[in-house]
Amino acid sequence: MNSSVITFPGSNCDRDMDVALKKFGFKNKMVWHDDLELPKSDLVVLPGGFSYGDYLRCGSMASKSKIMKSVLNFAKGGGKIMGICNGFQILVEAGLLPGVLLRNKYLEFICKNVFVKVNNKDNSYFKNIKKDTLELHIAHNEGSYFCSEEQIKEINDNNQIALFYSNEAGIVNEKNNPNGSIKNIAGIFNKEKNVLGMMPHPERMIHPALSGEDGSVFFENLINNLR
Amino acid sequence: MIVNEQLAIDHGLKKEEYKKICDLLKRVPNITELGIFSAMWNEHCSYKSSRFHLKNLPTKGKSVIQGPGENAGVIDIGDDDAIVFKIESHNHPSFIEPYQGAATGVGGIMRDVFTMGARPIANLNSIHFGSSHHKKTKNFLRGVVHGIGGYGNCMGVPTIAGQTSFDESYNGNILVNAMTLGLVKKDKIFYSKATGLGKPVIYVGSKTGRDGIHGASMASASFDDKIEEKKPTVQVGDPFTEKLLLEACLELMAGDSIIAIQDMGAAGLTSSSIEMASKGNLGIEINLNMVPCREANMTPYEIMLSESQERMLIVLENGKEELAKKIFDKWNLDFAVIGKTTKSKKIELYFDEEKVADIPVNTLVENSPMYDRKWKKAKLPKKIKIKKEQFKTLKVISVLNKILSNSNVCSKEWIWQQYDHTVMGDTIQKPGGDAGVVRVHGTDKAVAASVDSSAVYCWAHPLSGGKQIVCESWRNLISVGAKPIAITNCLNFGSPENEENMGEFVECVQGLGEASSYLNFPVVSGNVSFYNQTKDIGIKPTPVIGGIGLIKNYRNMVTMDLKEVDNVLLVIGKTEGHLDQSLFARDILSEKNGPPPEINLFNEKNNGETILKLINKKFIKAAHDVSLGGIITALSKMCIKGKKGATLKRSNYLINQLEYLFGEDQGRYIIEINKVDLKSVTSILLENSVHFDELGTVNENDLIIDDKSKVSIDDLIKSHTTWLTNYMSK
Repeated sequence: MNSSVITFPGSNCDRDMDVALKKFGFKNKMVWHDDLELPKSDLVVLPGGFSYGDYLRCGSMASKSKIMKSVLNFAKGGGKIMGICNGFQILVEAGLLPGVLLRNKYLEFICKNVFVKVNNKDNSYFKNIKKDTLELHIAHNEGSYFCSEEQIKEINDNNQIALFYSNEAGIVNEKNNPNGSIKNIAGIFNKEKNVLGMMPHPERMIHPALSGEDGSVFFENLINNLR
Repeated sequence: MIVNEQLAIDHGLKKEEYKKICDLLKRVPNITELGIFSAMWNEHCSYKSSRFHLKNLPTKGKSVIQGPGENAGVIDIGDDDAIVFKIESHNHPSFIEPYQGAATGVGGIMRDVFTMGARPIANLNSIHFGSSHHKKTKNFLRGVVHGIGGYGNCMGVPTIAGQTSFDESYNGNILVNAMTLGLVKKDKIFYSKATGLGKPVIYVGSKTGRDGIHGASMASASFDDKIEEKKPTVQVGDPFTEKLLLEACLELMAGDSIIAIQDMGAAGLTSSSIEMASKGNLGIEINLNMVPCREANMTPYEIMLSESQERMLIVLENGKEELAKKIFDKWNLDFAVIGKTTKSKKIELYFDEEKVADIPVNTLVENSPMYDRKWKKAKLPKKIKIKKEQFKTLKVISVLNKILSNSNVCSKEWIWQQYDHTVMGDTIQKPGGDAGVVRVHGTDKAVAASVDSSAVYCWAHPLSGGKQIVCESWRNLISVGAKPIAITNCLNFGSPENEENMGEFVECVQGLGEASSYLNFPVVSGNVSFYNQTKDIGIKPTPVIGGIGLIKNYRNMVTMDLKEVDNVLLVIGKTEGHLDQSLFARDILSEKNGPPPEINLFNEKNNGETILKLINKKFIKAAHDVSLGGIITALSKMCIKGKKGATLKRSNYLINQLEYLFGEDQGRYIIEINKVDLKSVTSILLENSVHFDELGTVNENDLIIDDKSKVSIDDLIKSHTTWLTNYMSK
């Protein structure tokens, strides 16, 4: 399986993602934002970080990078694209995913472990995943997902919600919402389910010595699905 | 502008210093030259009041690759890996503008580390604020925390540990000390010493603006009523540019183009160029028209004294300019050849084809003033006589709850949850433990780091306080299973021109030196911050120690959370019940006098080394050093972290229960071991002549101190975790 991780100026989880993908069997290539063409890939990842310093709006400048044309085409052709954290923000700004990501409810950066409930397993990312809730790590300042009422209806109707913030038992409520996201949304798909954006960082949870191992569960399942 | 004595005084120079400049130059300096002298000779850059005493610190050891004098210290951690680390203060700017002051403090220290070729792998910070009742404290805390997070998070470097204290002595002067560790291969370390003549001098990074002019001079003076006017002297940070600068520098460093490199920190282009020339014993010629400027019509004086952030000065090999430029272009950073190295041993500056400064380098560096200032020796205070009747009215559990929710003991999760502490995927011990631990990427090794201060002890008796703080750093590293290697120090004090403050400095440094020498725990880098003073009121003497230790196999790392019911708890080290200067005395008895606890360096070393032995034999399930708040506070934190209870044995000591529980005797740890290992462990402790007591056993849910004193862990958690969050949300 070939994967590509795009480095934008200010990306800072690109190496971590590279390490994670390789650990679970991907042949990964790093791609520079100024390149025009994506290498042949089964998965393209937009990593976390602070592309362009989060200036203007998180992800907005990166969404206009040269490489993004190629990313948009890849998405159109059904290619799998995953955006984590800042990568999610870039996908939203690029119009590949609906909605926006606003500043966290309490206006503070949050770095901690959270649980997310997998809402939709009928896609290449979560099909056959053994767990219903995953313990993942979040680290963001602008992760409060928001969209209009019509959009939320459409997202619901199309089963586009990938992950909800929840507790360990999978209960989704206000208490388990770390950042004020509408409906506790932690990750969403596009209509076709080939593009996934999520705030939590699975690449930080791939070893028992780290915050946890549910990232390993995610990546192992992902590569099996793509094979 | 006419340069005269008054103008020199306005620049923060003393009368006699101005006279010395004229004598050295054999003429009156022009305005640019005066600015350069004032920047190089202020306390912050010249260490003129501290050098005399700092030279006595132990700085050598078998693991030391580079001691003080470079951008940061460097230690060997085996397998050709080295750790570059340093702590630095950004106190004055943070008081004037908390967000930017703290942010640029973090940015500056990271630059010091990657200037040496190391990729930053962890940040730490030690922050001190005024009393929680002071009206400005909340805003300071919020601003500083946002600033530290804003910069470190954007850089993608985890903030793995820290320390936060509140004390009324910081009401008018907060402290922000930032520390960074970087990882480098031993043969790829870069230094600031320029060599070779006619080599191009390169400017890279952000453009030069008018921000931060005279920042270092501002940091070398006390505050007065006009502090608000000093806002323009605070630098403005741009972590995004610094991230690009980091990547670009490391990319260039992978090759062999760089002869010397120096970041533009305090006193900007002035100190960086002079330092490189001075270390290489040569001259540097700069054409100031080539310096990329953000604003129009900047004068040579402004260009030389600007403290705009995210800039570096590099001496390149001839012919490597194009290659280097390509890298900086790729990262969208300014790149300019601004001068060359010369044999003149002078700093020669040109602007609009005119020579605007011509100063022999040695006059700025070797001939800079050094003072052996007058200082007063502190007496050891008399022990206080605590009236034991007072004790009878106190209930252990309510005292414990009060101490756990004390601003200096309570959980700081509200703070560190705002710092990205897991980016880079190697953080194996998060903030909230005895030390932060990161793996050395791709290896089994891990590096532990902690920051500590004990200003109250230092204030009561500087010599003991200085020793204590080194020992506490040592204990924190031991507690996570790391072998302590070296320290960096940030010495925060009041005015050196005041004999008492100077005495505090001298004796703290003496104590610090004695302890680090005895423990073979050398000082490899550091920073002095004087004039933490508003009008006549100075801060409590606050040396901050950043300690580094190595864990050869990260699987042997220890954490403080209690692990298993029925396990046995031991207190290592002798309990005497020393209450003077303890949190109990100050917070519960309102007693502020008396001597700090005594330090026995032999016991510190012996106890620590024996614990490491036990850890490496895998006997220790949890460990925590006993510090502020004594045994019961330490044990409560272990309970809280592990969500388990503990049942105490009746102590054999002939001291009062409160003295036993809350006394702050030094050199102690609590360890958790399996019952079946008790015999083996005690025999190792006895073999090594380590004093220990059985404290009790681990249970499910409650902390049971005696028949009358029992509290649930849930209640302890509540006491410990709610204070700061409530305080900040009010």
